[in-house]
Amino acid sequence: MSAIPVTPVTQEWTLPSRGRVGMLSLIIGECGIFTIFVVAYIYYIGKSLSGPTPQQVLDIPLFNTICLLSSSVTIWLAERQIERGKIKAFAALWALTMGLGIEFIIGTALEWHKLIYLDGLTVRTNLFGTTFYALVGLHATHVVIGLIGLGLILLFTLTGHVSEQHTERIQVFALYWHFVDAVWVVVFTVVYIVGR
Amino acid sequence: MADQTLPIGGSLDITPERSERQTLLEWLQAWVVTVDHKRLGILYVVYSIFFLLVAGAEALCIRIQLMIPNNHFVSPETYNELFTMHGTTMVFLVGMPILFGFGNYLVPLMIGARDMAFPRLNAFSFWLTAFGGLLLYYSFIGGFGLYGMGAAPDVGWFAYAPLTTKPFSVGHATDYWALALIVSGFGTLGTAINIIATTLSMRCKGMTLLRMPLFVWLMLVVSALTLITITPLTAAQVMLLIDRYLGGHFFDAQAGGSAIIWIHFFWIFGHPEVYVLVLPVFGVASEIIPVFSRKAIFGYPAMVAASAGIAFVSLGVWAHHMFTVGMTSVGNTFFVLSTMLVGIPTGIKIFNWLATIWGGKVQFRVPMMFCVAFLFQFLIAGLTGIMLSVAPWDWQLHNSYFVIAHFHYVLVGAIIFNIFAAIYYWFPKVTGKMLSETLGKWHFWLFFIGFHMTFDTMHFVGLLGMPRSIYTYEANRGWNHLNMIVSIGAFIQGIAVLVFAFNMMHSLRKGKEAGNDPWDAWTLEWSTPSPPPEYNFATDPEVYSRRPLWDIKHPDDPDWKYE
Repeated sequence: MSAIPVTPVTQEWTLPSRGRVGMLSLIIGECGIFTIFVVAYIYYIGKSLSGPTPQQVLDIPLFNTICLLSSSVTIWLAERQIERGKIKAFAALWALTMGLGIEFIIGTALEWHKLIYLDGLTVRTNLFGTTFYALVGLHATHVVIGLIGLGLILLFTLTGHVSEQHTERIQVFALYWHFVDAVWVVVFTVVYIVGR
Repeated sequence: MADQTLPIGGSLDITPERSERQTLLEWLQAWVVTVDHKRLGILYVVYSIFFLLVAGAEALCIRIQLMIPNNHFVSPETYNELFTMHGTTMVFLVGMPILFGFGNYLVPLMIGARDMAFPRLNAFSFWLTAFGGLLLYYSFIGGFGLYGMGAAPDVGWFAYAPLTTKPFSVGHATDYWALALIVSGFGTLGTAINIIATTLSMRCKGMTLLRMPLFVWLMLVVSALTLITITPLTAAQVMLLIDRYLGGHFFDAQAGGSAIIWIHFFWIFGHPEVYVLVLPVFGVASEIIPVFSRKAIFGYPAMVAASAGIAFVSLGVWAHHMFTVGMTSVGNTFFVLSTMLVGIPTGIKIFNWLATIWGGKVQFRVPMMFCVAFLFQFLIAGLTGIMLSVAPWDWQLHNSYFVIAHFHYVLVGAIIFNIFAAIYYWFPKVTGKMLSETLGKWHFWLFFIGFHMTFDTMHFVGLLGMPRSIYTYEANRGWNHLNMIVSIGAFIQGIAVLVFAFNMMHSLRKGKEAGNDPWDAWTLEWSTPSPPPEYNFATDPEVYSRRPLWDIKHPDDPDWKYE
């Protein structure tokens, strides 16, 4: 009665990494939030009752976009370095990624400064202001959260706490950064191409 | 058979002896900073039962007010607060946390895992949810705001614009409502991520996806659905707060904004939310019905497919809440048809449960009684759902008590009934004590009679034209007697819940010892001692079929031979 039954076939038992599954789930959830903001933005294109309009005030942030998108490449290169255990190269590429992210935030800050003080566009001004600051701000918030993460990992790396065995954690975090970059492609298309 | 210690886990109990009396610090250690999925599961359930009593009391106040025409039991303002808080509390502070509580407790045990994938995230999620509830109820004190007006939120649980804009919602009540839902929403999101990662990455050896108990499957589907359901609500609440605090215009019609887009956003969340609540209880029924029919579940793969199908279809039906908004006929037709489509996978489920009972040796213990009542009530709820999915019928009955009766048939008749079934079924595992069967039967019959008095009658009040959310009514409408019956039924349900609460407290102290496996069940959680030790399984279990305990109890005729 208490004997374990004769085992049928013992199969290989591998399971997906919980970190990856968790991060991918988080990304799916984040997609829900972004979808609603993007839908709201698209729905309100051209519905503002007063100026300024996107055509009048928005410039295409090309340099910013290039910086953010190339940070996805540098973080991918960094992932490959840590896989091979080259911590110095990893730290350098990681710092570069962070620098590109910081550049993006500075670029956004300058853009907003111009919009607010030169063009007089705030959240209150019109529907364009409301939806623009909400959507771009939501993305920028995600970049800032990503930068905090990047900064912490850089700090740990420089103090010698990161080694090859942390590859998976680093890669899980990098998924988030890739997501932030991918969302920018959508936001950029909607705000600066379709909406303009 | 039933009380025998089984060889998987449990047989090697290495828990050190506990001292009888815990110091306060030990108690705090055990319940506040704990990351154990079982304790967090219990915390979720206790928290939800507390709010169930609160929101139930609110419902009783509503029913006292509507008992007789021209009543003045509460003021119109208070009445609005009561139904808003009743709805919000039941959905966000009772329904979701209690079901995620069950998920928390049972999923790792059922798949043979040590704990959830992210134990600390788990604790964080619970305390976020708990804080959300606190925030919502703090509005009774803090909601007066700068203008000295308003107390609790009074905008209805769906909070349609422009009611939520500054001119119509002065004070901070609406802000507390939005913030509470954002905070508890993040808690729910954390739990959903955790359950997905747990089911996919923490299964014990041999627990393939198609061997997982259906409850685990349903929790997986629900968690995936939660990821894309709760987040739109969070986004919409953020927009609402931008409107209210930063002067944005998302839902401000005077600046070109749209009130209707809020309705869309809300129901893009709100309709799948119903499935977030109902799918876990399908899982509960799929665990309890086979055990008390003494048969394996009928059509396991079809059940899994139907669950995923319901989740998928549920994403495309939200605007059936909006037929009276004035959509195009194409829009109306699409949502009529997509809504009717839900009937197919749910129908598959009902037939599978019936086929499981068919020819079984049915034991009418209390959990099974609640489940059987659920089957019939859910069928009726589905039928009135199909009636309401027809746009012209809905135009006639939109926002009437017929709608209220329909969704309470789902929320109470299906969900609450199954939650009670689940509590009777797993209480022995969680506490080591059986709930009293006699009191349980009293609870069942009182609740059953009260439920049908209240919600069957409500259909007729609705057909006679009584709108929802009204504070009182004239005596000459022909609703008087029916409303009286509805209210009496509500009180009978209230008494039943008190019987249940007494049963829990009484059985916790004086109940019969449960042993490991009081129901002679087949899933892994029954192989552990009751209550399970902190580490769940002393040795990692290994499974070969969908009913691992059946294989152990019947080595001559194991399930894996037929898989």
